[in-house]
Amino acid sequence: MSTILETHGLTMRFGGVVAVNNVNFSLLERELRCLVGPNGAGKSTFFKCLTGQYPLSHENGRVLIRGADVTGWETYEIVRSGVGIKTQIPSVMNGLTVQENLWLAARRIHGWHGARGAMEEIADELHLGDLLRRNVGELSHGQRQMVEIGIVLVQRPWLVLLDEPAAGMTGNEVERLIGVVRRINLTASVIVVDHDMEFVRLLNSRVTVFHQGAILVEGPSDQVLADPAVLEVYIGSRAT
Amino acid sequence: MTDWPSAGRIRWGWFLLAAAILVLLPLVTETLTPTLLLIWALFALSLGMMWGFAGLLSFGHAAYFGLGAYTYAIAVLNIGESTVPLLLSLIVPAAVAAAIGAMMFYGRISDVYMGVITLVVTLILFKFMSATAGDAYKIGAARLGGFNGIPGYPTLNAPGFPDISLFGMPTYYICAAALLLSYLLWRWILARSFGRVLIGIRENEMRCELLGYNVAAYKTGIFALSAAMAGLAGCLFANWAEIVTPAMFGLSQAAEVLIWVIVGGLGTLIGPILGAVVLGYVKILLGQQTLIDNSLILGALLIFVVLAMPRGVVPALQLVWGSIRRRARARSGRHGTRRRLGVSPAERV
Amino acid sequence: MDYAEVIGLEILYMIAFLVLTSAGLAIVFGMMRVINLAHGEFVMLGGYTTIACDKAGINIYFAMLVVSPLVVGMVGLVVERTIIRFLYGRMIDTMLATWGLSLLLIGVVTLIFGNTAVSVPAPISGYQVGEFQMGGYNLFIILVTAAMGIGMWGVLRFTRAGLIARGAMQGPDVVSALGYNPRQVYMITFTAGAALSGLAGGVLAPLTGLLPSSGGAYIAKAFITVITGGAAVISGTLSSGIIFGTINQIVSFAIHPVLGEIAMLVLAIILLRLMPKGITGRFFGDRT
Repeated sequence: MSTILETHGLTMRFGGVVAVNNVNFSLLERELRCLVGPNGAGKSTFFKCLTGQYPLSHENGRVLIRGADVTGWETYEIVRSGVGIKTQIPSVMNGLTVQENLWLAARRIHGWHGARGAMEEIADELHLGDLLRRNVGELSHGQRQMVEIGIVLVQRPWLVLLDEPAAGMTGNEVERLIGVVRRINLTASVIVVDHDMEFVRLLNSRVTVFHQGAILVEGPSDQVLADPAVLEVYIGSRAT
Repeated sequence: MTDWPSAGRIRWGWFLLAAAILVLLPLVTETLTPTLLLIWALFALSLGMMWGFAGLLSFGHAAYFGLGAYTYAIAVLNIGESTVPLLLSLIVPAAVAAAIGAMMFYGRISDVYMGVITLVVTLILFKFMSATAGDAYKIGAARLGGFNGIPGYPTLNAPGFPDISLFGMPTYYICAAALLLSYLLWRWILARSFGRVLIGIRENEMRCELLGYNVAAYKTGIFALSAAMAGLAGCLFANWAEIVTPAMFGLSQAAEVLIWVIVGGLGTLIGPILGAVVLGYVKILLGQQTLIDNSLILGALLIFVVLAMPRGVVPALQLVWGSIRRRARARSGRHGTRRRLGVSPAERV
Repeated sequence: MDYAEVIGLEILYMIAFLVLTSAGLAIVFGMMRVINLAHGEFVMLGGYTTIACDKAGINIYFAMLVVSPLVVGMVGLVVERTIIRFLYGRMIDTMLATWGLSLLLIGVVTLIFGNTAVSVPAPISGYQVGEFQMGGYNLFIILVTAAMGIGMWGVLRFTRAGLIARGAMQGPDVVSALGYNPRQVYMITFTAGAALSGLAGGVLAPLTGLLPSSGGAYIAKAFITVITGGAAVISGTLSSGIIFGTINQIVSFAIHPVLGEIAMLVLAIILLRLMPKGITGRFFGDRT
């Protein structure tokens, strides 16, 4: 299986603070990976470097997607190469209906005529059918997250980046989400950034732990989550 | 797909009625004032489209109004026939706007700074044109005239026939046609992908970027298109007033068109048109007396609208109308009308 | 040599002019992120106040340094209470409402004073520098501006009010954390900004004939000076004042006065494009 995402020496500084410190990361095709770490560990900054939301120059290191150097690419260019991105704060078009949101997302890939079909298909899959005519701004937080996942997926990306997808979701919604993530993972690689350890545990994937801008530990989830170094970083005391 | 509430749709009945009124109007009244009102409506529509649907607020849209007018005057003095100058009056403002737009949007300039830059652009043009007095300043056969502007150029003629003038009533019909066609054009754009992506950009620019749309390109595109329409309005104004002056680039003109749009209504196409026609007419009436200054009324009005009805009069009226109808339906016991909870204005017309 | 002195003084004067006319706007923008497009009209009101006082027999220095700031400060207070305070956080709406206010003020002044220019003679006469006649009053303006700048810096640096003000520049939560009501702080800030605009108007009144529309001449330059300067009140306004003042005068002297103004405007666009947070946003971080 080939490597579809790698970073070489990725570094990001804000003034005197080194938020991401010389990170070498790699992801295989159709792999599911969770990025965890306490607040301020640099996961979100790392994420934004991958998505082009922080403009990169070659001083920041390199990011390669499917072998191509995408360092310094604009966000929309990265997305066009087949990456789907769901941001930490739900980024949807609140003044438009669910249908309009999904259609706009579908349009770019499926064209004018295919967009409607693709939109209805994803709405079915994510149980958004009843909500199609509702304004996204009126929906609950969890529903809005699901809409955002919908607009990401309808573009059929082969790499999906999810930043805190479970935030604000009810138990049922989280279960559905796990099903969705597994289904995406059948055809695409997925990186999930989240704080919710239960959610991460349930996903049962390889886990990368960030701490102070660097990778602390990486390995299978049950191993990593029991690692005393990881526990110390999260809880701040020695686990005996 | 017909379900796109945020873009609204044409009510053909009303449109044809409006067209009929415009066609028949000269039978009942003189056309001098209506022509001016139509020109202002076109100008307001150009800004309203960009601001209301794409979310781009240009504080200095007067720049393109003036550029269109000056381009026409200069070109027609040099060429002698009006068809090419008319086309140029769309192209030149569009090109300038494309350049400035690209500079701003590809540089990820935010709304406030876009306001500042666009304002400064129109100020530059104002100062520059005001200072071009004297024979040294001319383009071809056209003296720029400084503060006094350029008078006495040939007005529109039938395409290809420089001797057949279209001044007076024909110009009125040209303005009416321009407004009606522009309205249809914006409606068409809003029904296509281009318009829908613009609305998406207005709602959440980052998300559109994250969907793979080149947001900067879209913004530049609508900016240029809007400038072309403002330029057309400027050209028609040049043909109405028979003189072009730097005041067209001035702060006053820039403020007025903004006030027309915001009072009329953001996010609708009819709002800016109505705002321009009503306020324009009020200005003409006020201009005939000296007791109350026009600035005072406009200023007070703008303050009031911003405080009380930030999206403008038409959307506020639509909300009121919507709630009246809902209450009427509830009272008459009719079911099945889903309560509209959203705040998005009913973009119907 | 004389020519160099003249140009030097003219540049200094231009810088002072920009800083003086921008100070009020800078305070309000730097501390409240409010862009007051009626700022030019506040300056104009200061001018009219001074002229009216002078015609009423009041000492002109008293009029321009005390009465004008007080009167325009009061106007600012009323404006803040009736308009601005409902629009905090809504930058574009504030710009629109204050643009409306500027039109309103022009209308009101036209109603009261009519549309003909009023003026007052400069209390200090000119002097000779070699072959050139220099305005002595210009030196006064430079001095007043310097005094104002030092005064502002002193207040911000050494007084409790200044501390609260600097806190306000970071955000309303800082003000609350210090135990003060942000709304009150904003009210006082806006009033102070208006007072400074009134001061500028009063001091500049003897220069030319004043019309209700004179505000327009001030707002454009003040606006771009402040926005380009960035959020830091003193260093921002000073930096951009220096850059713009210098460019304006150099181009004016070298080529043509109008081109000087245009050069300033073009430069503003370039700077805004390159440094969207203003000069101080880019280079100085969070300093006063």
